[in-house]
Amino acid sequence: MEKVLMKGNEALAEAAIRAGCKCFFGYPITPQNEIGAYLAKRMPKTGGVFLQAESEIGAINMVYGCAGSGVRCMTSSSSPGISLKTEGISYIAGADLPCVIVNVQRGGPGLGSIQPSQADYWQSTRAIGHGDIRVPVLAPSSVQEMVDMTKKAFSIAEEYLTPVMILADGVLGQMMEPVSFDNFEESDARVSEPPWAASGHGFSRPHNIINSLYLEPIELENVIKERFERYEKIKEKETGAVYEKDAEIVVVAYGSTARVVRSAVDMARENGINAGGFRPLTLFPFPEKQLRDACKNARKVLVVEMSMGQMVDDVKLALECKLPVEFFGRTGGFVPNPEEIFNKITEIKEGL
Amino acid sequence: MPDFTRPKALIDIPTHYCPGCTHGIIHRLVAEVIDEMGIEGDTIGVCPVGCSVLEYFYFGCDMMQASHGRSPAVATGIKRAHPDKFVFTYQGDGDLAAIGTGETVHAAARGENITIIFVNNTTYGMTGGQMAPTTLPGQITQTTPYGRNIKTEGYPIRICEMLSQLDGVAYAERTSVHDPKSVLATKKAIRKGFEVQKNKQGFSIIEILSTCPTNWGMSPMKAIERLKSDMLPYYPLGIYKEAGI
Repeated sequence: MEKVLMKGNEALAEAAIRAGCKCFFGYPITPQNEIGAYLAKRMPKTGGVFLQAESEIGAINMVYGCAGSGVRCMTSSSSPGISLKTEGISYIAGADLPCVIVNVQRGGPGLGSIQPSQADYWQSTRAIGHGDIRVPVLAPSSVQEMVDMTKKAFSIAEEYLTPVMILADGVLGQMMEPVSFDNFEESDARVSEPPWAASGHGFSRPHNIINSLYLEPIELENVIKERFERYEKIKEKETGAVYEKDAEIVVVAYGSTARVVRSAVDMARENGINAGGFRPLTLFPFPEKQLRDACKNARKVLVVEMSMGQMVDDVKLALECKLPVEFFGRTGGFVPNPEEIFNKITEIKEGL
Repeated sequence: MPDFTRPKALIDIPTHYCPGCTHGIIHRLVAEVIDEMGIEGDTIGVCPVGCSVLEYFYFGCDMMQASHGRSPAVATGIKRAHPDKFVFTYQGDGDLAAIGTGETVHAAARGENITIIFVNNTTYGMTGGQMAPTTLPGQITQTTPYGRNIKTEGYPIRICEMLSQLDGVAYAERTSVHDPKSVLATKKAIRKGFEVQKNKQGFSIIEILSTCPTNWGMSPMKAIERLKSDMLPYYPLGIYKEAGI
């Protein structure tokens, strides 16, 4: 397996090309600029399209048009830019179009900071646009996962006809690690145009309409119900987590925070504390069953996030209040260090 | 004299437009041009938010419905993915010149090879007749009940004049549909817009002065008179940009 040393953002961009992404529309914002810069260089050489839009709103609507015409495409941004894209994401979800949206999170609210953050969990999993929608959210924790989940994101998007979000953060975007692209094949390119695409009917089929407007309540309700049945299938088949079983204290974290938690859990174990890590790979759907499985022998759960506590809600919902759940977070652009998490685990252990 | 029949690119169902509304004429002209060029199978239209939001039911080509004002960006996404297909947007004045100004100006600046059919009737029709960016000074609307006051509401935007300053614009013409002569001139302009696109010359826009009898509170005939007496002086007809056709 050949490995190359790459920055997370660049690795994700390369993965998109290898996954058959033909068009990228974006707008500059730190800390995800390497994605656009990389694709601006590479796309023209691979027969694809890179276009710097006039705004994030412009970019997501270009994605809507491109996806609606049956061509695999992607956009990326960071927190404030994702807020601007939410209108378009709602339309894309409402028209059942596949595409990939990358959020390399930074601090918020407002202009916030350009440092890493995980404060967009609620936005990604709860409020990624108006209306009755959910969007699958994948949470990479390494540069290799930035690559692998990009491929996965396109495949989920096209199988279930939905936008898919990759929720990374400034650490993952900026860090360098060795990565392999062995996972990609020639067949990752889309071979034929999907039958629903609005790309010119050529007088060979009825005209296709890409739309999210249904003036009859019964029509709209039926369309939404069908979409939610698809979400159930995604829950069944695509939910993922990695975890240790039989821990007394289960520490839940995703993304780059999970890497720090890994170190803290290892320290705890070296100190004789039976702690274990739980890392969701998907945030929507949240790996509820997996978490309950991880918590079979747990006495307490600790959630660590780079926010004031957002995923902790999903942890409590998954555990149905059967276990005490504690939270430790840093926000504003701070990445927690292993010692402070270890101290929190120790404090919990002492209170058991 | 050829038979006056429905263009093939226009589906044979009744439209929802109010009596006397000129959308029907403009739809027909676009469809006639599509038929004459034989491009229905290679054309993708983008619907706006506004009175013509439902036009995906009327045009026989593939259609995409865009969010308010974003049609030029949506059209960009389609066109970049399918550079050899024809892509047009059909937008009203609120959609194109208020909420979608950014998308319009930048698609024009990029010389995006699309054709925009811009219907200017100086009001928001679908929402009940509020002030539009093109509402004339003194014009009474739902949100300017005492008439548009330029001291507080500012001035109307002349889109063709503005866009003609951009190098990416290959063709910009303002026409009208208030009489048979202007209807024929409008069709010619639409045809020219699609030809510009066919020749990959860049951005084309046809601004069409239109009436809204319902929200103007006028009979269709009175509305036509108002278009002639009030709109034509403020929005002079003509070609504002024609780059090497």
